[in-house]
Amino acid sequence: MPAVSKGDGMRGLAVFISDIRNCKSKEAEIKRINKELANIRSKFKGRDKALDGYSKKKYVCKLLFIFLLGHDIDFGHMEAVNLLSSNKYTEKQIGYLFISVLVNSNSELIRLINNAIKNDLASRNPTFMCLALHCIANVGSREMGEAFAADIPRILVAGDSMDSVKQSAALCLLRLYKASPDLVPMGEWTARVVHLLNDQHMGVVTAAVSLITCLCKKNPDDFKTCISLAVSRLSRIVSSASTDLQDYTYYFVPAPWLSVKLLRLLQCYPPPEDAAVKGRLVECLETVLNKAQEPPKSKKVQHSNAKNAILFETISLIIHYDRCPPGGGGGGGGPGSFLQHRETNLRYLALESMCTLASSEFSHEAVKTHIDTVINALKTRLPKDPSCQLKCTGLSRALSRSPVAQPFRVVRNLLTFGRTPEGRYSDPDVLKVAILAEKYAVDYSWYVDTILNLIRIAGDYVSEEVWYRVLQIVTNRDDVQGYAAKTVFEALQAPACHENMVKVGGYILGEFGNLIAGDPRSSPPVQFSLLHSKFHLCSVATRALLLSTYIKFINLFPETKATIQGVLRAGSQLRNADVELQQRAVEYLTLSSVASTDVLATVLEEMPPFPERESSILAKLKRKKGPGAASALDDGRRDASSNDINGGVEPTPSTVSTPSPSADLLGLRAAPPPAAPQAPAGAGNLLVDVSSDGPVAQPGLGPTPEEAFLSELEPPAPESPMALLADPAPAADPGPEDFGSPIPEADELLNKFVCKNNGVLFENQLLQIGVKSEFRQNLGRMYLFYGNKTSVQFQSFTPTVVHPGDLQTAQLAVQTKRVAAQVDGGAQVQQVLNIECLRDFLAPPLLSVRFRYGGAPQSLTLKLPVTINKFFQPTEMAAQDFFQRWKQLSLPQQEAQKIFKATHPMDAEVTKAKLLGFGSALLDNVDPNPENFVGAGIIQTKALQVGCLLRLEPNAQAQMYRLTLRTSKEPVSRHLCELLAQQF
Amino acid sequence: QFRNFKIIYRRYAGLYFCICVDVNDNNLAYLEAIHNFVEVLNEYFHNVCELDLVFNFYKVYTVVDEMFLAGEIRETSQTKVLKQLLMLQSLE
Repeated sequence: MPAVSKGDGMRGLAVFISDIRNCKSKEAEIKRINKELANIRSKFKGRDKALDGYSKKKYVCKLLFIFLLGHDIDFGHMEAVNLLSSNKYTEKQIGYLFISVLVNSNSELIRLINNAIKNDLASRNPTFMCLALHCIANVGSREMGEAFAADIPRILVAGDSMDSVKQSAALCLLRLYKASPDLVPMGEWTARVVHLLNDQHMGVVTAAVSLITCLCKKNPDDFKTCISLAVSRLSRIVSSASTDLQDYTYYFVPAPWLSVKLLRLLQCYPPPEDAAVKGRLVECLETVLNKAQEPPKSKKVQHSNAKNAILFETISLIIHYDRCPPGGGGGGGGPGSFLQHRETNLRYLALESMCTLASSEFSHEAVKTHIDTVINALKTRLPKDPSCQLKCTGLSRALSRSPVAQPFRVVRNLLTFGRTPEGRYSDPDVLKVAILAEKYAVDYSWYVDTILNLIRIAGDYVSEEVWYRVLQIVTNRDDVQGYAAKTVFEALQAPACHENMVKVGGYILGEFGNLIAGDPRSSPPVQFSLLHSKFHLCSVATRALLLSTYIKFINLFPETKATIQGVLRAGSQLRNADVELQQRAVEYLTLSSVASTDVLATVLEEMPPFPERESSILAKLKRKKGPGAASALDDGRRDASSNDINGGVEPTPSTVSTPSPSADLLGLRAAPPPAAPQAPAGAGNLLVDVSSDGPVAQPGLGPTPEEAFLSELEPPAPESPMALLADPAPAADPGPEDFGSPIPEADELLNKFVCKNNGVLFENQLLQIGVKSEFRQNLGRMYLFYGNKTSVQFQSFTPTVVHPGDLQTAQLAVQTKRVAAQVDGGAQVQQVLNIECLRDFLAPPLLSVRFRYGGAPQSLTLKLPVTINKFFQPTEMAAQDFFQRWKQLSLPQQEAQKIFKATHPMDAEVTKAKLLGFGSALLDNVDPNPENFVGAGIIQTKALQVGCLLRLEPNAQAQMYRLTLRTSKEPVSRHLCELLAQQF
Repeated sequence: QFRNFKIIYRRYAGLYFCICVDVNDNNLAYLEAIHNFVEVLNEYFHNVCELDLVFNFYKVYTVVDEMFLAGEIRETSQTKVLKQLLMLQSLE
């Protein structure tokens, strides 16, 4: 058994530790630990004989070890506190250690601990004082701050404090200051702290520098005097021979850490004004730079590391002063030469400091001389380390920002750079490259090339904004259109190309394919088959875009019409499972066969130039930099949605404009052949509709043209599927007039489903209807299972969904699949419903089931379990946010409140489950009363979002609940309140 | 090496010593601080090995407290630290 042989070890502890090390399995370890815990517990509880200090120390130490192994310790604090008052160092030490590691917020304990610390601080025994100070520094809690913030400065500057105590006190104070700055009083001690920089003891100086650096960031003026002291201290260190400082020399480097800290301290201030001080400092800096050129005194990596640590800090100080002292050029040279160094760490740091150097204005000249080195270094030894690469990119970026560098070369470099180690680009990088390219593009064909390259190399990371932007630029510049078409055409010929490339390609060829059609190698059929060869590999969004391209081809190249119509007509399009694709296929097919060439030409005209405006990528970048959304784009989005909770968002233009066109479409489609003669009118409507595809309604519409652009690419079609589906066999639809009203139980049945999605909706002797449903955002899918409980076949089985009263298609779109008209005895048929919530609604749709059983017509109308809360999206938020929002929704009509008697037993868990099932997020620790439930969520509809906050206060004595709902829409508040009130 | 802070680490045989520092702190300085710390451990335990650290975990805490405190470097002189540690050990 090693190491314990030092005599002072605790045998019991050593035995225990080796026992645990010998455990073969996790279970055995846990068993051993539990045994030990039981043992310790009984020892601590044993009243018969008091434990002596040694055993207490031993057991507390064991507990600590168990804790460090990752188990919870919930006792022993008292014993540890007892140890604090021991006079033996080791016992005290273990006590403090336990307290520091397992801080417990029990106020009684804290009082005892603070007492013990106070005693130790007053003890004048430096060892004990240090222990106490270390404990405060390690815990750093507010309570301790309150108790000791006044004492510690006194200890720190007291003339008779030992050096080690001063060190600890300085850092302890630093910790308290960082934790709660308000508690540390500024006073006359601050002046004396500064003089600690002159202390004989280097350790004290080290600790004091840390403290002062932190303090002077808040109160620069109070500590101004430290500059000259720091400079003189620094110059003494720097100019000392490597043997002068004995203890503090580390691998021949005098006091490296202290130097680094002093340099950092100086970075808090502008250059010294006093000429003498300034001269001395410049001298220091030059010495450091010169030393860097000297041959190393030792081959050890420690030596060079320590030296370079100082060097880099010096460079950052120089950069901070932002001027070119005589050594500035050398400053560039240092990192420059490191770039060729083979040590990865060094290269990384060199890149980093080059970055800062390059971004400071004055050192451009210095960097310029090295630009070739940099570019070479980037080119020749593509660093294998990803973080190094990141820095390279960063550096290139910084370089390209400077006017002296040639952004051309840099961007090209970046591209070469990404090509080799594939996928090393991250999203922000791509974004930045794209921006660079745009900003410095002298010539648009170069820009198009660059971006296409970018897509090729790092397609996965190219966000929508980037490729939208290319399209905008291409559309707006007729001089590059031909070139772009040619380039994408070539790019698409690669056997595997990224989906984003297909999107760009599809769009550009659709718009400008005609410009390259003259070349037999890229004749229209070739273009088409090239695009279509990618079709099957693409996602739905891309396919949709490609379909638009095809219809544009029909316009551009009439000769391809037959082929394309064939493609559109193919079953895989017309009966595509995806509504969007299906709709496009159907519409485009009709459009191509119905409309005359003139109409086609108008509808499918080339896109007009986009209004000149800020680049969407720049906008994205800005959004990223926006307040609060520091890093990720996601944050930005989240921000947006959390704002939404305060009130309905204005519907986006695209959604507003669509209901009417889709109604028109319905009219057109319901009677396809007769519509042809009415071509002018019909085409007019079509025009509006396809304007999801065409320019007519788009330019200048909406707050951000980006959105218009978006909607241009993805027609907001989903409103009409219902119409579409009703269409194939209109005759089969019974007139809506003769549906019976829902059966009396319907309401009750519906209530069962408010908080759950699956279950049996209805059952009688003949029929059982089961429901399975899932909802996401404003969309839902519901499976209805109709089970025939008899042994006789149901005939003319027709389940239909109808909207009662004002529940129009404008509020809720339900798309049903028809089911077989016969249901055999004992069999079950399934029906799928796709549901989209367009606006908030109150009444659920009705499900009417009609069939013939043994010749007798049966009819049944139920309420479909689709309630507004199904479109709830839970929102997590902090208490503060919650109350802020709560207050914002303080208009009387926004609130709905209900007090009602519990109809079910009041079980907190059940209630929780119900609220979660209802769809809201449950927020813990928001309401001061833990009994109460608080929830938040957003109702997602296509047109708007409604933020909802709810609070449920159970009163167990009275068996009552009070439910309060606040939403941004009055009817929603009331409706939700009613729905939910029936659940408890 | 990154996160919200950066982690500077050094490997000694099977053990990793990690320090988490602010992003703009001096990397090399802390890298060497780790080494300094390990040299002290080595001196203190006479050829330190993993077992020493496990069995004497409470002493390791003392060493850490001597050298680093409140997230800052407290003492960098190996001789001073060792002198203090031996003094503490003799106290019992």
